[in-house]
Amino acid sequence: MSEQTKMIQPVPADAKPIVELIGVHKWYGAFHVLRDINMTVRRGERIVIAGPSGGGKSTLIRCINAIERHQQGRIIVDGVELTSDLKSIDEVRREVGMVFQQFNLFPHLTVLENCTLAPIWVRKVPKAQAEETAMQLLKRVRIPEQANKYPGQLSGGQQQRVAIARALCMNPKVMLFDEPTSALDPEMVKEVLDTMVQLALDGTTMIVVTHEMGFARQVANRVVLMDQGQVVESNSPEEFFNNPQHERTKLFLSQILH
Amino acid sequence: MTMAEGELARAEIAFVRGAYVAPLPPPPGTTGAIGWMRANLFSSVFNSILTVVMLVFVVWLGVEIVNFLIRDAVWTGADRAACIVSPEHPRVGACWPFVWERLNYFIYGSYPVAERWRVDIFFAMLAVGVVWILWLDSPRRDLAAGYFFVVLPICSFVLLHGMQTIGLPIVDTSLWGGVLVTIVVAAVGIVVSLPLGILLALGRRSDMPAVRILSVIFIEFVRGVPLITVLFMASVMLPLFVPEDLSPDKLLRALIGIALFASAYMAEVVRAGLQAIPRGQYEAGNALALKYWQRMGLIILPQALRVTIPNIVNTTIGLFKDTTLVFIVGIFDLLKTIEAARIDPKWASPVTSATGYAVGAIFYWVFCYSMSRYARHMETRLSAGRERR
Repeated sequence: MSEQTKMIQPVPADAKPIVELIGVHKWYGAFHVLRDINMTVRRGERIVIAGPSGGGKSTLIRCINAIERHQQGRIIVDGVELTSDLKSIDEVRREVGMVFQQFNLFPHLTVLENCTLAPIWVRKVPKAQAEETAMQLLKRVRIPEQANKYPGQLSGGQQQRVAIARALCMNPKVMLFDEPTSALDPEMVKEVLDTMVQLALDGTTMIVVTHEMGFARQVANRVVLMDQGQVVESNSPEEFFNNPQHERTKLFLSQILH
Repeated sequence: MTMAEGELARAEIAFVRGAYVAPLPPPPGTTGAIGWMRANLFSSVFNSILTVVMLVFVVWLGVEIVNFLIRDAVWTGADRAACIVSPEHPRVGACWPFVWERLNYFIYGSYPVAERWRVDIFFAMLAVGVVWILWLDSPRRDLAAGYFFVVLPICSFVLLHGMQTIGLPIVDTSLWGGVLVTIVVAAVGIVVSLPLGILLALGRRSDMPAVRILSVIFIEFVRGVPLITVLFMASVMLPLFVPEDLSPDKLLRALIGIALFASAYMAEVVRAGLQAIPRGQYEAGNALALKYWQRMGLIILPQALRVTIPNIVNTTIGLFKDTTLVFIVGIFDLLKTIEAARIDPKWASPVTSATGYAVGAIFYWVFCYSMSRYARHMETRLSAGRERR
């Protein structure tokens, strides 16, 4: 079976939940940015979160690894609830990989050092072993030849693929993508999306904030529309795109699909 | 509209090239030495006048300095008689025999002659440490920090101050002087202020209110007080509060004062560097589950210190020159030894003071300019990984 024909596997109905959000609220000052979010992501699921700017998409996924703190409700990742206890935060962050819009690679370290930093210091993996894993993952994102360059010497698309490899090096149980293609030149978008499709084919659990609706159609189990801090619609891609239920979803789709 | 009119209308909207244009050489007179001079020295009438005036001034100054230091200088002699104007010497420049005779005093102060080899070893050890830690390609650089921040201070103390148990007689710090004191004060100031400044800068940006407030109070208090005041407080006021026999040594008190003073300034320099690091770097460190000290030590500080190198060196140069202020509390640094030597009746002449100060100026300039050059070199070298960013 070639890569192109390999199909996205459906998630078994009894797959265990990996991320649970129960009644989550967050405010920036007086601004109510997340309003009563309830969401369960099961192991192996691929969720795409879409919606207008300022709708709370990024804030939502940044709450999952406590880069932003929620103020009400519960967030449980792989059985660990995020509390004010730093240990719970560390435990969650070890199992959650994140890819940022602006890549956020460490410019003073080589690509390989970027990838091995956390495994060596957080997981206490021996250096040689961490480098071996990193090289395998750099091969998987198809840039092993750049391993000894600095991020500043790479194109945006290459940097974002390094960022994906860096997150994968921690062998996370969930991958969060915060608009991974929004800061890229148009010509670089495809190489990053291809890498992400590849991850999806390999069964990685992913929560992706993106405007790339083609990607959503191709790999998502569920597409979620967020507006004004709430989940407006959550459905399978077929239903979401062909038979949207909510007026806001219809408006959103009419604005972005031509 | 006919076919031809349609073509015409399209041509007016946009001209479409059939092929790419090959690159052409730049117009003559805009590159090379002539182009550079045109652009930078003679770009307008006013700039041309400025260029000529400054050129004349620089040449005049250079000639005067060479005349004083070399052409008219007195090179040999036994006392002041050699350095005063006489029929044989209608013009007298620098009085070098005075410097030769007092050179050891300028370097060691009143440090006992029989023990001066200890100071020489200290200078050698310091030079080794400085080269080891500053030369980026030196062997076993991983050990250099340990040598510089642990081995060297301990050895220096034992060597310079002495230790009866291993047969090195104690040399009281009131006998120390000259270059020795200048270097000791500057080295202690720099070696203490950088780590302490980093901690204070991190403290000022800490999430913990107590740490933050204490850091802010310390930094703002010290920065609001002149260094001379700190030195006076250390040397005059401290003995009023602390019993005589518990009061630390005069030099030590000045050292503590200078180190704390420099730390506050260093903290502000480092804080500026920390603020220059984008928030995404902190977030990426968080997302990878790195702990606070790992995030700071592995991600934030290496980048922050890199962008701060010019300012750190600037502060260091300032500190190096500020050490001359210790003479106010009666410590004989290089400038004070020159000051003491120039009024020696044996060498009193119209040029003695100027010669002494010239020696001081050359010494400080060589050190400060080397620091500045090194910083430039580091900047170039460290920016290699940041190209195209």
